[in-house]
Amino acid sequence: MALDEIKIGGLGASRRRVEDNRFIRGKGNYIDDIALPGMLHMEILRSPLAHARIRSIDVSAAWAVPGVRMVLTGDMLAARNLAWMPTLSYDTQAVLATDKVRFQGQEVACVVADDPYIAKDGCEAIVVDYEPLPPIVNPTQATAPGAPLIRDDKTGQDSNVVFDWEVGDRDGTDRAFAQADVVSTIEMHYPRSHPSPIETCGSIADFNRATSKLTVYMTTQAPHIIRAAVALVAELPEHMIRIVSPDLGGGFGNKVPVYPGYVVSILASILLECPVKWIEDKSGNLISTGFGRDIYLKGEMALRNDGRILGVRMHTDSDHGAFFSDAQPSKFKIGLMHSAFSCYDIPAAHLTAQGVYTNKAPGGVAYRCSFRVTEAMYFQERMVQAAASDLGMDQAEFRRINLVRDDDFPHRTPWGFLTDSGQYGKCLDLGLEAIGYEDFLRQKEEARQRGRLLGIGISTMTEPLGAGNSREYDILGIKMFDSAELKVHMTGKALLRTGAKTQGQGHETTWAQIVAHELGIPAEDVLVEEGDTDTAPFGMGTYASRSTPVAGAAVAMVSRKIRAKARKIAAHLLEVSEEDVEWELGRFSVRGAPDRGVTIQECAIAAYSNMPDGMEPGLENNAYYDPPNLTWPFACYIATVEVDPETGVWDVLRVVAVDDCGVRINPMIVEGQIMGGLTEAYAMANMQFITFDEDGNCIGSNYMDYLLPTAWETPGFELHEVVTPCPHHPIGAKGIGECATVGGPAAFVNAVIDAIGDSGVRNIDMPLLPDRVHEAITQGHDVSGAPPVRSEP
Amino acid sequence: MYPSRFRYEAPSTVAEAVAMLAAVDGEAKILAGGQSLIPMMKLRFAAPAMIVDINGIGGLDYHRADPDGTYRIGALCRHADLEKSATLADAQPTIAAAAPVVADPLVRTRGTLVGSVCHADPQGDWASVMVSLEGAIVAQGPNGHRSIQVADLIDGPFQTVLAPDEIAVEAVVPAARGVRAGGYLKLERRVGDFATVGVAVSVEMSGGSVARAGIGLTGVGPATINASDAAAALVGTVLDADAVDAAAQLAAEAAQPRSDHRGSADYKRHVVATFVRRIGAQIQRSEQEAA
Repeated sequence: MALDEIKIGGLGASRRRVEDNRFIRGKGNYIDDIALPGMLHMEILRSPLAHARIRSIDVSAAWAVPGVRMVLTGDMLAARNLAWMPTLSYDTQAVLATDKVRFQGQEVACVVADDPYIAKDGCEAIVVDYEPLPPIVNPTQATAPGAPLIRDDKTGQDSNVVFDWEVGDRDGTDRAFAQADVVSTIEMHYPRSHPSPIETCGSIADFNRATSKLTVYMTTQAPHIIRAAVALVAELPEHMIRIVSPDLGGGFGNKVPVYPGYVVSILASILLECPVKWIEDKSGNLISTGFGRDIYLKGEMALRNDGRILGVRMHTDSDHGAFFSDAQPSKFKIGLMHSAFSCYDIPAAHLTAQGVYTNKAPGGVAYRCSFRVTEAMYFQERMVQAAASDLGMDQAEFRRINLVRDDDFPHRTPWGFLTDSGQYGKCLDLGLEAIGYEDFLRQKEEARQRGRLLGIGISTMTEPLGAGNSREYDILGIKMFDSAELKVHMTGKALLRTGAKTQGQGHETTWAQIVAHELGIPAEDVLVEEGDTDTAPFGMGTYASRSTPVAGAAVAMVSRKIRAKARKIAAHLLEVSEEDVEWELGRFSVRGAPDRGVTIQECAIAAYSNMPDGMEPGLENNAYYDPPNLTWPFACYIATVEVDPETGVWDVLRVVAVDDCGVRINPMIVEGQIMGGLTEAYAMANMQFITFDEDGNCIGSNYMDYLLPTAWETPGFELHEVVTPCPHHPIGAKGIGECATVGGPAAFVNAVIDAIGDSGVRNIDMPLLPDRVHEAITQGHDVSGAPPVRSEP
Repeated sequence: MYPSRFRYEAPSTVAEAVAMLAAVDGEAKILAGGQSLIPMMKLRFAAPAMIVDINGIGGLDYHRADPDGTYRIGALCRHADLEKSATLADAQPTIAAAAPVVADPLVRTRGTLVGSVCHADPQGDWASVMVSLEGAIVAQGPNGHRSIQVADLIDGPFQTVLAPDEIAVEAVVPAARGVRAGGYLKLERRVGDFATVGVAVSVEMSGGSVARAGIGLTGVGPATINASDAAAALVGTVLDADAVDAAAQLAAEAAQPRSDHRGSADYKRHVVATFVRRIGAQIQRSEQEAA
């Protein structure tokens, strides 16, 4: 009798999240919950200026504060060759500033003290003499003739340009544009934002002189990469380093890079021979750690009058801040920007990209996206709306004409990716039906007659999730595979560890469901552990929606290895040859005699007590999984809005989401991911951005200026699904964690632009603050560029 | 997020608190709701030498009408007390309109009207409401009580004329010379955001026309703005569209907004005028419904 897979918490079970049991009881174990005996506390002194030469740093008063144990400056680090560290993009970043400060909030000195209050007092006692230099806050300033050189520390760096990069078929694209009936152009900016996990970054470094072992508790999404980085930066032997990533209060990409606070806390622990804790405050997190986006687009589409897209040109100017520390695959300078337009059948495309240094915080991270896919899909869907409008075509119809058809897979995208599956037209139709497209267009027209502005916005996209395959994806040369290790104990209970690191995604719940699906061991009998480099198998961590596509696949593969061994044991127990053993969920039986069988649990105890002659005892294994391709989920998001023409305030009326992420392991968790992503998409469109004034002051350094939506303003979401299994993933799953963040913003912006269509306005850059919408309506012109901070009185 | 060292006192009477203020060496701050003070201390924008926590003082958590219609709000009356009041909408429609849009539900549970007014944040909602109502703050010091018009209390951003040894114990709204009507509208990007623009309009209707009017503006100047010329334009009218429009224009002129990331100065002026018109129309509608 086969088990009921849903009952044992297998694939498709909306099983409650097991990790929540401790979180809702206040029993989570976050970095700041950890206290070690004799632990000291570290605070960072940050630069108040965006660009300045450091004339001197006087730390004498800080040393004099009672309870201060150590004051560290860049010069002290330089004496140990630690003032600079390598970034994830082959650049260097100052750990503590020595020569200049290059952004507001840069780390200048650290104070270690008996408690965090004293450490803060110590920081306030440090006197830094700065000579202000002209700041650069955008790419235009960075590339202007005579612009001050930000990275004068780098030999051979004679401009503020980080890279010039291109990809695609320049000549073929030129030919496509030569044949175009209509060329649609648009310029826009995706503003700088910050992942802003509720928990900030932090570390507790604990160097034990007696054992020479360094243990670091750290808020990291990728503990094994950090271990390697610490080994290289601190020149410590890798086997004597243990990185433990405890419960994480969110990550969203923010906790991938190495930050100066980690490095200095490690050095302080080595020097002081006691544990040193550093917990970043909220402002420190917002002004100094990995941001997202901040990129400008010039986009062009070559169109035929019948609605076909013949070619696409994109040029991006990206603002990387003072150090190029983007977390992204080595090969791709502007991330996966060239995954734009992957859902459309387009013959030719060409992308050029320039990146620049500015006096802003470094660290372009994939803020809940797969390496700048968010920007790619936003630009794509805004360009698509403008193109349809230029052709005078219906938004939905224009998409339907150009979407890749179901029978056209595998499909080579305009920039060379290979998509493998999808039912794009079905998703679009489902979305249109759910929102009542035709009805809404009628309502919109009626409302227009009465002076009310209604609008509808569509966003359709497929995105490359699950970096990666080792041919193309690496970080600092380390290939982006992942791993799982499964130990089935003799009573049939199991311990599963992976190289990923959950930070809210629910791995402790969903990995166990994959094991349940593969082995028939109830999910509740599988303990999942991640994040400790001394115990977890090597993996590249969790970001870019890669856990299910890569580590999740490894979980399935290791389970299958276990099942293969269990089959041999079953044959032994049933006294038949292995070929005569049949598998059904949780049980092996004799072919032709289904009553004769053994359960997976009976095989487990036999693995320790009654194994066949010559078989290794035990039921444990591991799997390293290198996926053959990325996974390609598809989404169709549709939003309707009403704009108040008098104030520019817009309200969301409805949001419909149709997601095809292949097989859903835990539908409840998938829906949670989609709702969270749509909330962030709404936030991007409406309020969430970090900007800078002309002096380089960060506007958005706290939650009074950097706005995250609350439950009050977040609209409701109506979710629908289509399931097209991934052809290469062991259980048919695709990434989902980031789809809505990626595809959502364009739906909201397209809806507002649609609502004010009579104004002739083609673009308002995010966030669509009321004053910007009002300006567009009343002035009839685009409101583009970084949200301005006007300083006139 | 670690404040500087400070002394903490929790007196049980106002007199005791006043004595502590008089005796302290350095700056002291009164802690009522703490919803502005604590964040500023965490950021070390404020580093008072002493905190005098008045939450243990009994009898300050009221809001009530005197028999003559004078309305009194104690120093420990929380925003949420006002928000949840069943009687406030009739007695004090402008206050009732503002209470649900102050900050967010968490802040409203702790924060106080009197504390907010004394904080003198140009983005504070309550000062505008009180200005529109010709409200006053009653302060108690070593020499007894005095009453200060809110319009006179605030003398700059985060500055009041309160003496270092005075505690604001009560807000007072004088009795109406007619039937009260009014409203408060605020443009914010998100619940709990500082106001881009806030407008309080209070009128007292007598015999179908306006006997008294007040307009207070939030977030459009270095301090709460008393748009008295705009209010005067309403007095004696029947609150017709032309009169409201004139007041709206004058209110926009009275505003002194700065262009910032919440919007341009012109935009904020436009919203001031729009909100005056909208509140005017709201009052008109409810008057007609009542009639």
